[in-house]
Amino acid sequence: MERAIITVVGKDTIGIIAGVCNYLADNRINILDISQTIVSGYFNMMMIVDITTLEKPFGVLSDELAALGQEKIGVQIKIQKEEIFNLMHRI
Amino acid sequence: MINISEVSETNMMIEKENLDVRTITMGISLLDCIDTDLARLKKNIYEKIYESAKDLVKTGNDISGEYGIPIVNKRISVTPISLVGASACHYTSDYVEIARILDKAARDVGVNFLGGYSALVSKGMTPSDKLLIESIPDALACTELVCSSVNVGSTRTGIDMDAVRLMGRIVRRTAEKTADRDSLGCAKLVVFCNAPDDNPFMAGAFHGVTEADRILNIGVSGPGVVKKALESVHGSSFEVLCETVKKTAFKVTRVGQLVAREASERLHVPFGIIDLSLAPTPAIGDSVADILCEMGLEHAGAPGTTAALALLNDQVKKGGVMASSYVGGLSGAFIPVSEDQGMIDAVTAGALTLEKLEAMTCVCSVGLDMIAVPGRTSAATISGIIADEMAIGMINGKTTAVRLIPVIGKDVGDTVEFGGLLGHAPVMPVNPFSCEEFITRKGRIPAPIHSFKN
Repeated sequence: MERAIITVVGKDTIGIIAGVCNYLADNRINILDISQTIVSGYFNMMMIVDITTLEKPFGVLSDELAALGQEKIGVQIKIQKEEIFNLMHRI
Repeated sequence: MINISEVSETNMMIEKENLDVRTITMGISLLDCIDTDLARLKKNIYEKIYESAKDLVKTGNDISGEYGIPIVNKRISVTPISLVGASACHYTSDYVEIARILDKAARDVGVNFLGGYSALVSKGMTPSDKLLIESIPDALACTELVCSSVNVGSTRTGIDMDAVRLMGRIVRRTAEKTADRDSLGCAKLVVFCNAPDDNPFMAGAFHGVTEADRILNIGVSGPGVVKKALESVHGSSFEVLCETVKKTAFKVTRVGQLVAREASERLHVPFGIIDLSLAPTPAIGDSVADILCEMGLEHAGAPGTTAALALLNDQVKKGGVMASSYVGGLSGAFIPVSEDQGMIDAVTAGALTLEKLEAMTCVCSVGLDMIAVPGRTSAATISGIIADEMAIGMINGKTTAVRLIPVIGKDVGDTVEFGGLLGHAPVMPVNPFSCEEFITRKGRIPAPIHSFKN
């Protein structure tokens, strides 16, 4: 399974999770784990997703998510392949 | 599974603390390009570089996008040109033509520097080595991306003082030829002792003859990350300090390892080494001097600086070797002046002198790096400074280097602006006493004895 981490950071507002999840569903990306906190009005979410069945190039997905965040929801959305975190934080 | 705090730690390092992979450098052997005809040689060189590296920049950018880690530079190193050009070049202008074709190849594949306009003369110079060295001022003046290095000594062979004397003149002439650009040519010229074959960092990168046909070497960085980590251990013992540096170096190196593996797979070029260097940039918060201050010094250069730097250098290596099995290059902490805002501040405050920098080079990787000195500094004095630094490398069995910029028309109190990653620097005073007679002597300094280490 190939996994990626999505991070969403920004001012809290209605519909952040809905917006991201709808996009993922439309692109046939399965969500494996979600954790989310709000620190002094700031929304902070991490999702672990399965990108094995991803049909478009990873770069396009990354650009579309960033655009979705910036233009529609008003937050910063970033997607990175999981390995960078595993390598850094696990021996 | 990875948790949210680990994810934010990594992203914080990237976004706020300037964590990046400093360079992917593709080493390309040009030995199979050798020809007696200059035109054919140039064609061979261009084709080999272009074919090997045409996807380098795109691949670097792809990896960068997928993992969210900036890969700042993509570069090329080639076989020392004094070897490649030996049978085709009969005049210095022939070598300059090779420099131009290297510059064109580098530009066409989109890399930001190409190193290897080099000669290895630690024991003596062949006629072609000499021709190449004589051509350096012109080559660096008429190209933009080509970097040059000359290895003039080693622990095994001693120091070729004839080459040291010559390099004093060459550094000066390079400064004069690029006087209109604040003697920028000298920023692309390094004199080495014990130069490594697999260094990915510029200006000293070249592809050694002991290397494979093509290889990828990765330089990691992250002084800002180390500084940030140390902010949380104020007042703690040296054990805690060392542990913190080690853990951070581990994390930083792992990122380099990931990029190395991915790039190697995608480009079908074997992975060579990771160079574990803390390489500063002029960006605020990306400074090695700031780490020393974080350890408890008022400014880099204060008493205790050499000890702090020794500790830092050693712990970076200890953390890094755990993270990658193939560590090489220069590996350690770089202390360039113009490329490090903390160093610049230390010089401006009067805390850091050329002599203290020389002491610091005894315990860290590389040497006197990116130091602007007055334009009137004589060739003999430059040779003297080079000889001192080479002696440190030779006796201590380590790599040392000199990248001095005698800025024509400027003096102590002036500042020079090189731009971009090369930064800006205050012109530093040089000891005014002469070493002319010493430098005029001919021949070599013999290799040192390896026993009686005192």
